[in-house]
Amino acid sequence: MTEMSYLDGNMLDGPLRELFAVDMSTAMGRCENCGMTGSMASLHVFAHAPGLIARCPSCEAVMLRLVRAPDRAWLDLRGTTFLQVPMPLEQTQPGPL
Amino acid sequence: MLSAGPTPRVSLDTWEFVIAAENGTEHRWSWQELMALPQETPMVDIHCVTHWSKLGTTWQGVSLDTLLDGVDTGAHFALAHSYGGYTTNLPLDDLRGGRAWVAHTFDGAPLAPEHGGPARLLVPHLYFWKSAKWVRGIRLKTMDEPGFWETAGYHDYGDPWREQRYQGD
Ligand SMILES: [Zn+2]
Repeated sequence: MTEMSYLDGNMLDGPLRELFAVDMSTAMGRCENCGMTGSMASLHVFAHAPGLIARCPSCEAVMLRLVRAPDRAWLDLRGTTFLQVPMPLEQTQPGPL
Repeated sequence: MLSAGPTPRVSLDTWEFVIAAENGTEHRWSWQELMALPQETPMVDIHCVTHWSKLGTTWQGVSLDTLLDGVDTGAHFALAHSYGGYTTNLPLDDLRGGRAWVAHTFDGAPLAPEHGGPARLLVPHLYFWKSAKWVRGIRLKTMDEPGFWETAGYHDYGDPWREQRYQGD
């Protein structure tokens, strides 16, 4: 058995594409534990497990968990304060009055 | 093997195992105290949720019957917790009856950190994610509290013979 190693967050792109219609490879996320904000592609992904676990590269806290059953998927983002997703430019909406 | 994160490195000098009863009473064992307890050498089949099984694996460790002897509890549930933060829930009955161990030796050699050493839970009649690596203690609970994978879709019990992988299986 070799030393446990992680994959980089780019590998989340495929699994998350099943759930999200947006391109997650350019999304940013904020770690709920330490406040680090960075690209989802920079997360450390542990895949030798019953699901995918993506940890913050600064503090190792779990930011994302994804479990895929044959007919269902579970996504836990409680370790991520926000996801920032690039969107196509659209007409400016009127602000609140 | 199942790993949810980096492998914790736990020194035997600071290692401890704690059973916390639902009334707050704690029972603690150091490494030396664990090794001084009666040792058993279960030979068991293990079943991973990712569809492999390994037959006739040989372990050495201390039965949970021995550790729970003298623990005053009316709890029906247990939440095992590990160095590194992993948790998993089991009915307390499944830790009794000669079916669960705190294992420190695999195939005659000290359990390697990658395999959950210094010690891991060994509950071979349930899926192997219930056999928490790097186990640090067990909290006894009156109410079932789902653990790390059980809060992300995995089954609360995990019987391999009924293929209880996911919630609702
Ligand atoms: Zn962090």
